[in-house]
Amino acid sequence: MTTLFFIEHVNGKVNNQSLKAISATKDLGGDVHGLIAGSNIDAAVEEASKIDGLKKLIHVDNEEFNNVLAEKITAVILGMADSYDFFAAAATTTGKNVMPRLSAKLDVAQISEIIGIESTDTFIRTIYAGNAIATVQSSDAKKVLTVRPTAFQTAKIKPDACEVEKINPDNIPAVSEYVSEELTKSDRPELTSAKIIISGGRGMQNGENFELLDKVAAKLGAAVGASRAAVDAGFVPNDYQVGQTGKVVAPELYIAVGISGAIQHLAGMKDSKVIVAINKDEEAPIFDIADYGLVADLFQVLPELEQAL
Amino acid sequence: MKILVPVKRVIDPYVSIRVKSDQTGVETENVKMSMNPFCEIAVEEAIRLKESGLATEIIAVSIGNQTCQETIRTALAMGADRGIHVLIDETLEPLSIAKILSKIVEQESPGLVITGKQAIDGDNNQTGQMLAALTDMPQGTFASKIEIEGEKINVTREVDGGLQTIKLNMPAIITTDLRLNEPRYASLPNIMKAKKKPIDQKTPQDYGVDIAPRIKVLKVVEPPKRQAGVKVESVTELVDKLKNEAGVI
Repeated sequence: MTTLFFIEHVNGKVNNQSLKAISATKDLGGDVHGLIAGSNIDAAVEEASKIDGLKKLIHVDNEEFNNVLAEKITAVILGMADSYDFFAAAATTTGKNVMPRLSAKLDVAQISEIIGIESTDTFIRTIYAGNAIATVQSSDAKKVLTVRPTAFQTAKIKPDACEVEKINPDNIPAVSEYVSEELTKSDRPELTSAKIIISGGRGMQNGENFELLDKVAAKLGAAVGASRAAVDAGFVPNDYQVGQTGKVVAPELYIAVGISGAIQHLAGMKDSKVIVAINKDEEAPIFDIADYGLVADLFQVLPELEQAL
Repeated sequence: MKILVPVKRVIDPYVSIRVKSDQTGVETENVKMSMNPFCEIAVEEAIRLKESGLATEIIAVSIGNQTCQETIRTALAMGADRGIHVLIDETLEPLSIAKILSKIVEQESPGLVITGKQAIDGDNNQTGQMLAALTDMPQGTFASKIEIEGEKINVTREVDGGLQTIKLNMPAIITTDLRLNEPRYASLPNIMKAKKKPIDQKTPQDYGVDIAPRIKVLKVVEPPKRQAGVKVESVTELVDKLKNEAGVI
């Protein structure tokens, strides 16, 4: 049994989502090989080569891959597919984009966003926005998995590097091309890697009021998130969204401010270690899952909280 | 240009999910069903392309039991021109759905296929990408904006860190994210008109693809319940508890 794990990188570092998700491959048994793609990414390649448990790292050294396009990377992975039994990646927007394309090319039914591994053919995953948990068994000879990063521990970085093999594939499909990227600029940590998250909902009333959250977040070193209601209302961009259709997070501390607690939102944060709810409606469902609830007006609470920290 | 829009019938997003006591799945008997919200966005986007003169015909496809006809009718009432219903009582996996759709793409030769990024029941997020693989078309997933430019299409995608724009050759597969548009409601006259629009009835056998299941659901259970904690009276008490009791700040 050999696993190929697709490792993402950003700004010269291995993406922390990949670092978590790769831990799942330990439970698959056998060797784990990593695949990392892009040119002039020496720092990320070095870090990736030291990921605990990795036997070999394949570096697709070609600038065409500095931005991962599904059509191109799938063609590269297909070229080496005979050597592998499992193909896995973190369930990031990149992983979700690439792996089903690979899966269909291999004629394999992908298992998406697994949160646990029972055996080499049996996996646990959530369905219906986390309102049900399914145990599923795959009969495919090869298996394609995406892994929900919050369900696994961050892999260690060892002092020694594994073998790194550079490849430079040709015949890369040219049906798609990268144009541009507009990344949300923030001094705050990324939602999916933050230890503390403070999120606002419809109760924030407008986008400007999110500054109140920013100020508390600055004191806590926290990331700022939002419910779908706040995103739909146009208060903040979609990449703030925590929930079934946004990001799934599980920080040490999650502070929900002016969020009622729709199923949609809970699906994205209910595995947080400690949950705090601040809402003036004491009937809000968010209080049913909060460890600490404060029934109060958020416009009074947030400045007070900023002062108290 | 034709646009193909696959639509899925799912439990209405505002209905609470009940897991069956025998752990075989989720209760769907006597539960309100609706079109998957991401598929609604796909139908809307297709209609807007037609309204702007870039598309000529919209075909809505649904694969599933007889009641899927209602979901196709909803798409027709919104503005799709005709439907294809592939009748099968069993629930198919995304790979099988993609295989059937790939045959429909072969027959209809659409310039675009617009699908929802995921269905809110299985949460698989696979079908569009798989269809792109099987038809060898480029894919623009999680789209929040699309712009046709001659033979190419610019797709702005919702990615983890923000937005990414890519350019694809057409024909292409697009999967929709939430902010692509806000779907319209069908007007009563359009609902009446939709009843006269044609729906072609097919079966999976018509397409000659392997749809044998690869995945067996061993059990479906409820998630562990989280207990409600305590209410605090003030910010001071909250900060104290977080520091000294929970130890998280």
